[in-house]
Amino acid sequence: MKIRIKFSKTGNLKYIGHLDIMRCFQKVMRRAEVDIAYSAGFSPHQIMSFASPLGLGLTSEGEYVDIEVLSTQSSETMLQKINAAMVEGMQALGYVELPEKAKTAMSVVAAADYRLTFDVPVFAEMKAKFAEFLLQDSIVITKKTKKQELELEIRPLIFETQFEEDQENGKTTLFLKLSAGSAANLKPEQVMDAFCAFAAIDAETLPYHIHRLEMYADVSKKGEGRKLIPLERMGEMIV
Amino acid sequence: MRKLALSEEILLKVDKPARYIGGEYNSVVKDKNDVDVRIAMCFPDVYEIGMSHLGMQILYDMYNKREDIWCERVFSPWMDLHEIMKREQIPLFGLESQEPIKNFDFIGITIQYEMCYTNILQLLDLAQIPLLASERSEDDPLVIGGGPCTYNPEPLVDFFDLFYIGEGEVNNLALVDLYKECKKAGLSRREFLERAAKIQGIYVPSLYEVTYHEDGTIAAFTPNCEAAPEKVVKAVVRDVAELEYPKKPVVPFIKITQDRAVLEVMRGCIRGCRFCQAGMVYRPRRERNAEKLLATAEEILKNTGHEEISLSSLSSSDYSGLGELVNGLIDQCSAQHVNLSLPSLRIDSFSLDIMSKVQDIKKSSLTFAPEAGTQRMRNLINKGLTEEDILGGARKAFEGGWTKVKLYFMLGLPTETKEDMEGIADLANKIAAEYFDTVPKPERKGNLSITSSTSFFIPKPFTPLQWASMCEMQEYVDKAETVKHAIKSQLNQKRLSYQWHSPEASILEGVFARGDRRLGAAILKAYESGCIYDAWSEQFDYEKWMQILSDCGLDYHFYTTRERSLEEVFPWDFIDAGVSRKFLIREWKRAMAEEVTPNCAMKCAGCSADRFSMEACHENQN
Repeated sequence: MKIRIKFSKTGNLKYIGHLDIMRCFQKVMRRAEVDIAYSAGFSPHQIMSFASPLGLGLTSEGEYVDIEVLSTQSSETMLQKINAAMVEGMQALGYVELPEKAKTAMSVVAAADYRLTFDVPVFAEMKAKFAEFLLQDSIVITKKTKKQELELEIRPLIFETQFEEDQENGKTTLFLKLSAGSAANLKPEQVMDAFCAFAAIDAETLPYHIHRLEMYADVSKKGEGRKLIPLERMGEMIV
Repeated sequence: MRKLALSEEILLKVDKPARYIGGEYNSVVKDKNDVDVRIAMCFPDVYEIGMSHLGMQILYDMYNKREDIWCERVFSPWMDLHEIMKREQIPLFGLESQEPIKNFDFIGITIQYEMCYTNILQLLDLAQIPLLASERSEDDPLVIGGGPCTYNPEPLVDFFDLFYIGEGEVNNLALVDLYKECKKAGLSRREFLERAAKIQGIYVPSLYEVTYHEDGTIAAFTPNCEAAPEKVVKAVVRDVAELEYPKKPVVPFIKITQDRAVLEVMRGCIRGCRFCQAGMVYRPRRERNAEKLLATAEEILKNTGHEEISLSSLSSSDYSGLGELVNGLIDQCSAQHVNLSLPSLRIDSFSLDIMSKVQDIKKSSLTFAPEAGTQRMRNLINKGLTEEDILGGARKAFEGGWTKVKLYFMLGLPTETKEDMEGIADLANKIAAEYFDTVPKPERKGNLSITSSTSFFIPKPFTPLQWASMCEMQEYVDKAETVKHAIKSQLNQKRLSYQWHSPEASILEGVFARGDRRLGAAILKAYESGCIYDAWSEQFDYEKWMQILSDCGLDYHFYTTRERSLEEVFPWDFIDAGVSRKFLIREWKRAMAEEVTPNCAMKCAGCSADRFSMEACHENQN
């Protein structure tokens, strides 16, 4: 049985890197006594794959991990068991069963929502500049890999943007819906770096925190426009 | 969300911020207003090393079970954070509360190896506590040391208010209770220390005076007040079978050095190897109950989610319940997909059988610790392992499919000759030959590899070899070169490899191991000159250390190469570590006569540690 778990990673857990979150999750599965399936071979490992790694320093309420189980109780019961075994700062939010032939979250993820919260006031002037930045037909960034520098066209990878004012803490936030996944992954930092370069702003003077909100799959048929649904909606609640 | 001591800016700048944030599963957070006593338990090395230490988990569990005590963990900040904390004057904090430990009641520091001494000063310095005990005021925390190095705490006496010598479970809570009483009665620090000195295992160095002969050896070591006992007797748990064990160890986020659940099966060792301090000072041998251990293992695995479990003791092959325990664990582990990692066992049919069940033979290697290359030298150190034992074990292992063998040896043992050094190469070669004799050509899969490693012998207090001399640097280098050439000239040399530890750190370790109070000045100066993390070879600066020792008017030869007489008063002689001086002298003489002493199970050697045990520690005493 394939199961997709949605979870959040908040607070001090932003200092825990992706590899350690994976290790932590494996331990949570054992503590919660989830009847998870193991691979064959001399050193069997839990069948588990994460949708997309979250960088150090980022928080999220839209992380996904797929697991395979031999048996399960209802979504509600499983969420209770898992959350009783979680560390502070991590919480399971959803537990759904996927169709038997479903592809992994990692292979279907197509977009992600982010909320950037700025630590300094963001004035109308800068917001206008951001609109101008987006009006460009083409935004090319250079991506450094270990071996080479690649040029990447990112304008088509920015799906939505929206400035908002957080009434609670008086801070400005920027909502970003960006392309994600193995085909064309765009990180919010890359957008902001490109914007700062465009607007000739020293990136150091515009500090922000990144929070991932959701991840999506594109379920459109060939020839159709983009049709994004949250990864969680590809499965069914177990009652 | 707990507020952290370090800012986001700092945490995202330093390597592995998870070392500093606490919040791990099973870590204990209390309300500071609900507790009477706050303890910082410090391990003077980096998080991944300190968190791998079983003793710390045991004491953490013991203290925190008490409602009136909150015990927090502290590790050495790595160099990157060290510099930031110094520059920005950020006080060292407990991982749980993230609050400065300078406001705690006790700073407990576990002292596991000599090369961490400068890191002890780093902890105190970053904590913003006066480094010298003599300069601490009534408001400063009490700094207490524990762990194996307290069997000669003298080089560190300037920095500690008191030491706890022995097993922590025995009297640490009594010490806290005494502290609470004294605090309530409004007694001074000095009055508390005088009362503490009466508790078994507690050593208050400021209550003793040392005078020296002209040649630098100790003339007298005497209490300077009535409260201090002449001998400090180590604290020992009498009944280990019934002893509590932590069922909810803290589970780190990051991968640590020993990243697994650990089951302590036994304390002490019956073997009596004459170089081994642990084998002497942890006597007598006391076992845990196998049935209870199986239940404990199940509980720990459930409470942690660890995917691996291991056994801990000085010599697990001597544990009487090993078969029951290991077979039980294999059943438990395979049902739960948990790996069982075995400690180095004596190689025999039983151990090979269980190893083949739990390890991938192709990948795992077999470890022998002959410790010396000739039978003469193995007799001298009382390592009851013969060449036939080793070759027979190797043959069985080769038949079982193993092709990788690791051998551990010591160089620089007393009376060592060229023959002893070359014996290392000879033994490695014989093992290789055993492989070719045992395994027919068509069945030789994989590559035979036999790795010999040597380290330099360091005489330790309370061992029969505590009277031995160390060598000069050049002698050490020559010894290693001799082994290297001998290995290269063997028939099967293509299958043999050789690794050796450089001697610099061994020399300094030797200085501290048998050091005295006068070394405190050098340790302080070394820290002030930037020496830190000396246990990390890339950080260790030998030249600087040698310069500092000489600047402090200390000749390191006094501690290393000097010949010691049987009459000499050693800095650690005020401690009763269980084994009597008479026994040690007897064993030293037998060593020089190359005579083997039977192990405790065969015949009682009369070490006098049996007075600490409830059970008979020798089964066939005549």
